[in-house]
Amino acid sequence: MCGIAGLIHRGKSSNVGSELQGMLQALKHRGEDSTGYALYGDTDGKNFIMRFKVGENVGEGSSSIMEDVSVYDERKKIVDQHIAEIGAKVIKEERILPYSLRYEIEYEANDLLDFSQKVESIPGVEILSMGKSLEVIKDLGNAKVVCDRYNLDKLVGTHAIGHARMATESGVDIKSAHPFWGYPFSDVSVVHNGQLTNYWNNRRMLENKGMRFMSECDSELIAVYLAEKMRNGATLEEGMKESLTGLDGVFTYFVATKDSLGMAKDTMAAKPLVLYESDDLVAMGSEEIAIRSVLPQEIDTYDPFDGMVKVWQI
Amino acid sequence: MANLKTQEKTKAQSMGLHTETLTGKTQQKFFNPDEAENFFYWGTHDVDFNKRTELDVKEMDCITANKEIDNLMSQGFGTIVIKNPQGKHSLGVGILNKLNLIFEGSLGYFGVGSIDGPVVRINGRVGWSCAENMMAGKVVIEKNAGSCFGAAIRGGDLICKGSVGARTGIDQKGGTIIIGGDAGAFTGFMMQRGRIIILGDVGINLGDSMYDGTLYIGGKIGSFGSDAVESPMTKSDIDWIERKLKVAEIGQGFDISKITKVVSGKKLWNYDALEPTEKKGAI
Repeated sequence: MCGIAGLIHRGKSSNVGSELQGMLQALKHRGEDSTGYALYGDTDGKNFIMRFKVGENVGEGSSSIMEDVSVYDERKKIVDQHIAEIGAKVIKEERILPYSLRYEIEYEANDLLDFSQKVESIPGVEILSMGKSLEVIKDLGNAKVVCDRYNLDKLVGTHAIGHARMATESGVDIKSAHPFWGYPFSDVSVVHNGQLTNYWNNRRMLENKGMRFMSECDSELIAVYLAEKMRNGATLEEGMKESLTGLDGVFTYFVATKDSLGMAKDTMAAKPLVLYESDDLVAMGSEEIAIRSVLPQEIDTYDPFDGMVKVWQI
Repeated sequence: MANLKTQEKTKAQSMGLHTETLTGKTQQKFFNPDEAENFFYWGTHDVDFNKRTELDVKEMDCITANKEIDNLMSQGFGTIVIKNPQGKHSLGVGILNKLNLIFEGSLGYFGVGSIDGPVVRINGRVGWSCAENMMAGKVVIEKNAGSCFGAAIRGGDLICKGSVGARTGIDQKGGTIIIGGDAGAFTGFMMQRGRIIILGDVGINLGDSMYDGTLYIGGKIGSFGSDAVESPMTKSDIDWIERKLKVAEIGQGFDISKITKVVSGKKLWNYDALEPTEKKGAI
């Protein structure tokens, strides 16, 4: 089933880590195999923040295996070497869990493709996100479990999207969890509720164009699809509008960039979404109770219609 | 029901239907008015509308809240005001007796489903599948509603003063749905009976695969679904809509002449257009 939630503060920052945790926890009955956060924090915008994993947390149906921590250590060393070789410099590093790390990186290039390919050439290593504001955190368990594990409740920022997952199309592991980074674009992330029925056709076509897939989760296609459109010059909103016909199936998805948040709903309107809009806050989720966790007072909400695409700026 | 007293065979009887003798276990029941006093509707309560109370469900889950509503009805309360519903799912379901039920706020999914008789006012919004399988009564929503609004309702009046999502009245089997604003795609999808009035615009595939029933659309139509066709408005249609809008407390001054009436073309299945012998064969 899965549940998605997102919010954007316009003209101010807030404790988006805690707010999104509340929204996703309210949706935990829609799935708690894994939970993911894409948080856009307040930063000075100078350095890149890279969230990556050097191993998996494995649940039911996953093709991945649990490995010894020594393997993670070895991979981390190679990551460090590769980062140095490409001319980037690690300013700060945090190892939150044996398999999950956060680096602040000084890197002058704007194109992250070479950098990402170099780092991900190491087997078992996956960049979860890279950007000057974006941080993707995802792991097994419900929203509170993941929030507590990664200390997300203090994170201050402008906007965030998240996902509570009931695994259906692929295994229970981090690589199949949402959000997906819009590789190789800085600060682009996607969450999705639904099923895409032309996943393999699109995947083959995009792989032939050089795009990268890390999982077999159909939702990853949306991130890659939009990234490919943007690589060819389309704006985010244009790419999202094209996705209504380019992607087949039932879906509601959110996409976020450094300064914007968007939603798209398929032409059948088969997946739920409730939306609240005001001058200073937009909040949306699969169910109204997600919005109620941040806005308990009586508010006006509505269901976006079929085929609707909307984008908001911070 | 006029044909019950006639000696002539109905069309169905002339085709050989309803003449078989049922033996063994059967679901067929006949209501005898002389035995009305023995009639018992399980799960109902005698309530007094003048007996009023409030219930704050802020800290309750939906099961506890519904049990508490049932408990209040068993004490004879006929007017119950629910405070702080805060988008919770499945509130006010399965109420089978007369009751004035007022929600001071919004409901989540499956609100007031499977009801038979209460008058419900929701001073907020409702999520997906509001009043699903409603059998009788009246439900008024002051704001917007989600998708599958009034799915499979059998009777009663279901009114949303705002806009509704997709598949409104899906599988509707009776009753009336009235919408003051717009409606999404697949409105009246596979509806079988009953009527829907939308004062605003509707999305694509209106009345797709509808078996029967009538849709009245006041605004623009995104597209017609399979087998949905326009039909001329009659005076009785106009009179009925005027009456219903008054009951629904919406559409004051609305120009009914703008309404488009949509019905089933009855081309997808073997309807009355078939010859009796063909129909018998199809059955």
